Amino acid sequence: MSAGSGRLPRPYLRRPSAWWWLGRWTYLTFMLRDFSCVFMAYFVVVTLLQIRALGNGPEAYAAFEAHLRNPLLIVLNAISLLFVVYHAVTFFNAASTATVVRVGGKRVPDFYITLPNYIAWAAASVVVAWLVLRA
Amino acid sequence: MAETIAVEVARYSPERGSEPIYQRYEVPLRKDWVVLDALNYIKDRVDGSLSFRWSCRMGICGSCGMTVNGVEKLTCETFLWEYAPGPVRVAPLRNFPVLRDLVIDMTDFMDKLAKVRPWIIRQDEKALSEGEYLQTPDQLETYKQFSMCINCMLCYAACPVYGLDPTFMGPAAIALAQRYNMDSRDQGASQRTDILSQHDGIWDCTFVEECSRACPKGVDPAAAIQQYKLTATTEWFKSLLMPWRGR
Repeated sequence: MSAGSGRLPRPYLRRPSAWWWLGRWTYLTFMLRDFSCVFMAYFVVVTLLQIRALGNGPEAYAAFEAHLRNPLLIVLNAISLLFVVYHAVTFFNAASTATVVRVGGKRVPDFYITLPNYIAWAAASVVVAWLVLRA
Repeated sequence: MAETIAVEVARYSPERGSEPIYQRYEVPLRKDWVVLDALNYIKDRVDGSLSFRWSCRMGICGSCGMTVNGVEKLTCETFLWEYAPGPVRVAPLRNFPVLRDLVIDMTDFMDKLAKVRPWIIRQDEKALSEGEYLQTPDQLETYKQFSMCINCMLCYAACPVYGLDPTFMGPAAIALAQRYNMDSRDQGASQRTDILSQHDGIWDCTFVEECSRACPKGVDPAAAIQQYKLTATTEWFKSLLMPWRGR
């Protein structure tokens, strides 16, 4: 159906604006979740640089640590941490939507799909904290 | 409670103008009136030229889906008093071409729905004399929620992906494909794979989940899509590891 088809009416279609994601709270939280992958990538790059500095010896590592003490980087890392936590929580909560596990014909409740993710997260955090804080 | 409420209705006529305009009507505010009652009041008593779709008035036919104060609703189950003191702004469903006033062109959805083959496909038909294809309550439970879809298209109006990329197969069509894929009586999953696994199928979905929030029947199309993503990925790995296996 188009304007060139003569007798047929011309339908009106409004395409979403580039700012559609500001129109609804749930659209915005979705965009923030998608945007959080940028901070995930940033943390990966920082970790890779940290490992490289570690490989280059104690002086290189001390210089790297001194860089990290830059107030701008501290703020950036704090914001990144918030986004990474948001990413993890929304990912774990979504896991039960995508994963259907049946035991004896009955679907396992969402809680039992989500919980192991949080337990694994907490366990990994404890191990990392132990590695960092024992020195 | 005020005796009337202002209802602003989007009016579009291809003969008159290129953009819809909002027309304001004063409608009695009665406790038992829904938005659809207000529209029928306007059409019967005030302005007979107003065009909109409706049928059953009880949330079954899926005809009266519209945008009420910016949110996708079945107007037959959306009470006027919830918006008091008003105004209530009624617009057509987003993401669809508007033919006139509140009437949208649903051709695209109907085409997509047919493409996913939403019916029971059998490879071996039983003779009538052998009786029905039986199913246990547990087997019914696996797909039942997806079968509650009434094709109202609220999920398409809520889906930003469909708005930005109309080639996307969309929430309801995929949920209905899953409804049959998960039905123990169906043997047609492989016939739906190509249409569902293409980019315009499940992989276009970015999991905003607004389709599931918009659904007036409690269907969770977002879950159907994510579950099929998992199925498609598993099948792809199986075909990679065991190429001799038939699809």
